[in-house]
Amino acid sequence: MIKSDILIIGAGPTGLFTVFEAGLLKLKCHLIDALPQPGGQCSEIYPKKPIYDIPAYPEILAGDLTERLMEQIAPFSPGFTLGERAETLEKLEDGTFLVTTDHGTQHCAPVVAIAGGLGSFEPRKPPIDNLAQYEGNGVAYFIKNPEQYRNQHVVLAGGGDSALDWSIFLSDVAASVTLVHRRNEFRGALDSVEKVQELKNQGKISLVTPGEVVGLVGEGSLSAVQVQTERDLMSLKCDAFIPLFGLAPKLGPIANWGLEIEKNAIKVDNSLDYQTNIPGVYAIGDVNTYPGKLKLILCGFHEATLMCQSAYKRIYPDRRYVMKYTTVGGVEGFDGTKKEAPKAVIKSID
Amino acid sequence: MTQEITLFITDRDGKTHQVSAPTDMNMNLMEVVRAYELAPEGTIGVCGGMAMCASCQSYINSSHLLPKQSADELAMLAEAFHVQENSRLGCQLFMTPDLDGLNVTLAPES
Repeated sequence: MIKSDILIIGAGPTGLFTVFEAGLLKLKCHLIDALPQPGGQCSEIYPKKPIYDIPAYPEILAGDLTERLMEQIAPFSPGFTLGERAETLEKLEDGTFLVTTDHGTQHCAPVVAIAGGLGSFEPRKPPIDNLAQYEGNGVAYFIKNPEQYRNQHVVLAGGGDSALDWSIFLSDVAASVTLVHRRNEFRGALDSVEKVQELKNQGKISLVTPGEVVGLVGEGSLSAVQVQTERDLMSLKCDAFIPLFGLAPKLGPIANWGLEIEKNAIKVDNSLDYQTNIPGVYAIGDVNTYPGKLKLILCGFHEATLMCQSAYKRIYPDRRYVMKYTTVGGVEGFDGTKKEAPKAVIKSID
Repeated sequence: MTQEITLFITDRDGKTHQVSAPTDMNMNLMEVVRAYELAPEGTIGVCGGMAMCASCQSYINSSHLLPKQSADELAMLAEAFHVQENSRLGCQLFMTPDLDGLNVTLAPES
């Protein structure tokens, strides 16, 4: 059981900054995210895109923003459960919350902050009629254990980095690798595209472009895919089909936690502290909604700050506290580090 | 005076809406759809308009001359689903006076 003061669901910019604001109040945080790395959309969808509306940063790449936030919160030693999706929320008898992931990892905290963005990222599945029938029987959307494809005939589909990278990797493992994409151009990193070209020239990867997998065949498990090309419909014998069309966020299990949902987002009290209809459960950043809501990173930062003050009062109802400026109080990390303004040098004038 | 243009947008339930959009606000088709709430939040413009998710894919029914697709838009459409000859990403179509009368249908959610 992982215990913390605030359990944050979602490790995007809002979730990460929550760790900092909580840390100033000596509250310890743990974060859960379905993605294998922190940063949320900033790292998954647009790490190389510049953001222009982060105060005091005229321009910052989304990936760099994530790195800076990680650096900023490091003194508060946050815990991470990455690559797991928060599945259930349960209120325990002592008033704390138990959140269990799809891997069964249990987390307990008196306060839960949902900073889930647009939801957890799930694979985009191509609209092939009998696709679901072969999931786990030849069709996979993630490659967890590449060894599973040793000596197998593998067909991949997609035109981005993951399709290219996995084709390259599997060309050393699988009996054969075929990459199907709807056009001849790939939008992955240039060196990956060049590597695939090289492996194609060596006969280690077959490319079918332009082509689209439109059908799956097999008794029980997958035995072939049907590929529509410009000329004809062809059948490719294979043991595995891995469509890699990126990830898209879906609100997912959070929608069943008894929270008030409106417009695919969680309703909160914005006049006070971004608390949901379940006391002790807050929703901050893109995942929440209230009159006038704007889905901006900078608004998420603001919401996280107010939410942490409320969480402190909830955890320590009898304590009096007033907000302290970091310029005055410095930043005292849980790791023993301390940052503070240098003391003024006093010099006398003769 | 600011010119407003008229658009005909068929939503994912098949209902056609006549809406007007300003041409001086750098608005794109995806934002017009969101402004009129013609598709639920979270099902359109998921990436914010960076041609990176295809949730705003639209079929262009009228014969307006549209600006050419950028490399980003072409790449995204090549990985989108339910793509047709007349598919465009709404976030890449900006409201200009020559789009007056544009008739589009939102592609299914995927």
